[in-house]
Amino acid sequence: MATLNGTSNGHGKMLSLTLQIWRQKNSKTKGRMEEYKIKGVSTEMSFLEMLDMLNEQLIKEGKDPVAFDHDCREGICGMCGAMVNGYAHGPDEATTLCQTHMRSFSDGDTITIEPWRAKAFPVIKDLAVDRTSFERIIQSGGYISVGTGGTPDANAIPIPKEAADRAMDAAQCIGCGACVAACPNASAMLFTSAKISHLANLPQGQVERHFRAANMIRAMDELGFGNCTNHGECEAVCPKEIKMENIALMNREYFGAMM
Amino acid sequence: MATVLDSKVPSGPLGEKWEKHKFESKLVNPANRRKFSVIVVGTGLAGASAAASLGDMGYKVKAFCFQDSPRRAHSIAAQGGINAAKNYRNDGDSVHRLFYDTIKGGDYRAREANVHRLAEVSVNIIDQCVAQGVPFAREYGGLLDNRSFGGAQVSRTFYARGQTGQQLLLGAYSALSRQIHLNNVEMHTRTEMLDLVVVDGRARGIITRNLVTGAVERHSADAVLLCTGGYGNVFFLSTNAQGCNVTATWRAHRRGAFFANPCYTQIHPTCIPVHGEDQSKLTLMSESLRNDGRVWVPKAKGDKRRAEDIPEAERDYFLERKYPAFGNLVPRDIASRNAKEVCDEGRGVGEGQAVYLDFAASIARVGENVIRDRYGNLFDMYAKITAENPYKTPMQIYPAVHYTMGGLWVDYNLQSTIPGLFVLGEANFSDHGANRLGASALMQGLADGYFVAPYTIGNYLGGTKLDPVATNAPEFGAVENDVNERVNKLLSVKGNKTPLAFHKELGKIMWNDCGMARSKDGLESALKRIPELREEFWNSINVTGEAGEFNQQLERAGRVADFLEFGELFAKDALVREESCGGHFRTEHQTEEGEAKRDDDNFAHVAAYEWTGKSGAQTRNVEQLIFENVKLTQRSYK
Ligand SMILES: Cc1cc2nc3c(=O)[nH]c(=O)nc-3n(C[C@H](O)[C@H](O)[C@H](O)COP(=O)(O)OP(=O)(O)OC[C@H]3O[C@@H](n4cnc5c(N)ncnc54)[C@H](O)[C@@H]3O)c2cc1C
Ligand code: SF4
Ligand code: FES
Repeated sequence: MATLNGTSNGHGKMLSLTLQIWRQKNSKTKGRMEEYKIKGVSTEMSFLEMLDMLNEQLIKEGKDPVAFDHDCREGICGMCGAMVNGYAHGPDEATTLCQTHMRSFSDGDTITIEPWRAKAFPVIKDLAVDRTSFERIIQSGGYISVGTGGTPDANAIPIPKEAADRAMDAAQCIGCGACVAACPNASAMLFTSAKISHLANLPQGQVERHFRAANMIRAMDELGFGNCTNHGECEAVCPKEIKMENIALMNREYFGAMM
Repeated sequence: MATVLDSKVPSGPLGEKWEKHKFESKLVNPANRRKFSVIVVGTGLAGASAAASLGDMGYKVKAFCFQDSPRRAHSIAAQGGINAAKNYRNDGDSVHRLFYDTIKGGDYRAREANVHRLAEVSVNIIDQCVAQGVPFAREYGGLLDNRSFGGAQVSRTFYARGQTGQQLLLGAYSALSRQIHLNNVEMHTRTEMLDLVVVDGRARGIITRNLVTGAVERHSADAVLLCTGGYGNVFFLSTNAQGCNVTATWRAHRRGAFFANPCYTQIHPTCIPVHGEDQSKLTLMSESLRNDGRVWVPKAKGDKRRAEDIPEAERDYFLERKYPAFGNLVPRDIASRNAKEVCDEGRGVGEGQAVYLDFAASIARVGENVIRDRYGNLFDMYAKITAENPYKTPMQIYPAVHYTMGGLWVDYNLQSTIPGLFVLGEANFSDHGANRLGASALMQGLADGYFVAPYTIGNYLGGTKLDPVATNAPEFGAVENDVNERVNKLLSVKGNKTPLAFHKELGKIMWNDCGMARSKDGLESALKRIPELREEFWNSINVTGEAGEFNQQLERAGRVADFLEFGELFAKDALVREESCGGHFRTEHQTEEGEAKRDDDNFAHVAAYEWTGKSGAQTRNVEQLIFENVKLTQRSYK
């Protein structure tokens, strides 16, 4: 990969930006877009570091800083996320918002930043949303029912490397919710199918496979997530490159359960 | 007056202690477990595994975390792997060797019995995780694969690509989710513990703040488990997640729990170098990369040529040169110190504070595809952050704060000096001595949560007469008042400096004076400047917003306030420990070759600090470490 924007490790170009950000005090009030100007943003900074900088500036000006969720800042906890210029997690492919760097933007750009929008993800404040509905989906069956202890030796069941790799591909989902936010139907199919596919690819997951699919899909419907009509937006924005073929697998598991 | 610390290590031969202890422990019969309630604060590897196990056994569990899901705990970020003495490679590994490597790697500053138990249960962890569906890496024959980590000459590290922590946490999270579904665990997300409630000398509850509504709430129980992770963020810049904090353990310390070895910090050798003032965190490049990457700098000072243009003969592979037996896989403290040393000599690359980690030789040997299969996500992460391609140009790396070996003092039962308060995972001080070996934190977190605490807590609950305590007890009211007062005080100062600004300033003091090389002068200066900064904090902190709302400024301010007290104890501990051991390097105490020089006669002990009512005025208590099974020698990795 060539160095982008003529920058290299250690040096950055400086950007001046106009930010349009969704401000909403809490779940009960209505929100609106507000505009802010920010200067001296280094192209080496991450997107969230740019927001940190904005917040320090807002506090100096006596304004309320922008609330946004984040924790690991290395693309693995799934806490961060926002719609940036209409794209979930911003412009870079297979990249979470925290791993998006300002070198992907140009001097003078206007950037719009909005929270995930879905009935099942109510806004808590500004860019932070409530994703408890994802918890409920996992609780409804996203596991293998084993207690602690009394398990067989780890090498007792050989698992073909290809199966383990497929399970791992699906297990990489970070539960960020971008797939729901990007979907015109606010469907949670990609997220749910990733868990189902992770477990369905492993011998340990076979015993409960049909209950699991049936229960998780029921939970998904009850929580207010929409249906899948094959738009493919979810796969396009997923920072972990979870594939739509998992949805097909999930449907097979589900019909297996209905038989 | 110093208190005598009783480690409660069972008698008998090392390898039989745990079995014997389990047998002698009191049990709570299954029908009675429902009558006991347990609070678990923190749901990373340690907390999620403990909460799931205790819920599964039938206890009434309430669990808490500050993120919006247990799946987001900092454990999720662990990359490289988890150790276990399975000896699947037939390369000479055993429980005893894992025990020995851990004690030696920790520079002989850990308690033998705890470490041996850790090595014993390590094998069960892998079985447990596989049963849960953790997709560990496998070989073509379908059996589990292993890799090597620093400080070991065997391959005992199990991994799931570069996302081992993620997969282990998702395993524990799935078990926890099942217990939530079964109503055995009541989960409180986006909830921060702000204080501990002690009634009649026993831990009986906590006070929390709901981070969405700001509501301050009381929770009572028969035992409290703190699984709240490490305090590396006292340095501001570290590889830890943004929310990692010392608050839960610090508040417990102020209520009577001793804090052990606060100065033991691990500086990880392979992180992406700092790029500027506005940086908010440092990113780790897993130690597993040292399996295939070679660390070097130019032989000449100030050599500004590109890496590709420097011929072999003019490169210094300094780890391979100085430590031929372990080469690039020396323990972390040694690798970090050597990187600092070559940079201080003016041989650093890039901006000067970096060394190369070069994969060219491995790519030539096994091919780019194999390297991609092993480390693809790490290489991608590196490319995203630096906009450089590590398959073509060597990575630039530099040490960064990564892990804290210190923590609340616990006995063999993982119980703190407050009866009924147990501490698990990175939050305790127990198993890693003065330096932790790679892939051993995940092992410890899960050992504590799945296999140790379920027994020792049963022993406590089964063997103690506990009166019922309700949240309307006066002790709860008093602690809740303290919490409210503190929150209101933070909001009322209305000064001119932000929580972030204070955090950065504290971080600078800590990194410069309490970092990789510590001296008497530096530590004394830190001990002067930290209290000054704390005073300034309480006079000029600016926390925007209100108490009764989602307020991230208030969250950070509370954590920074605790770091400002904790940092002082850290510096004090480093100053009193007049020796070098593991991650604690005092410039006054080094061998002629610049290696850490221990003083076993005076410091083969754990320092455990007792709160006496005023920051910085803690008393220092000592637990003498007794080595019956290993001989204390100068660590050598040559
Ligand atoms: C980048 C990185 C890579 C690593 N790689 C490895 C590796 O390859 N192998 C290895 O063995 N180790 C590794 N480690 C170390 C290891 O990940 C950690 O030591 C370990 O995961 C800690 O687990 P824990 O359960 O003790 O704490 P954590 O996972 O930190 O969990 C802490 C929990 O406590 C909660 N909490 C904290 N404070 C409060 C509060 N006041 N109120 C309520 N809840 C609170 C949090 O919400 C969270 O749920 C790595 C660490 C880092 C930073
Ligand atoms: S499937 Fe992808 S986009 Fe959806 S929650 Fe998982 S990681 Fe995020
Ligand atoms: S902050 Fe963790 S994924 Fe972005």
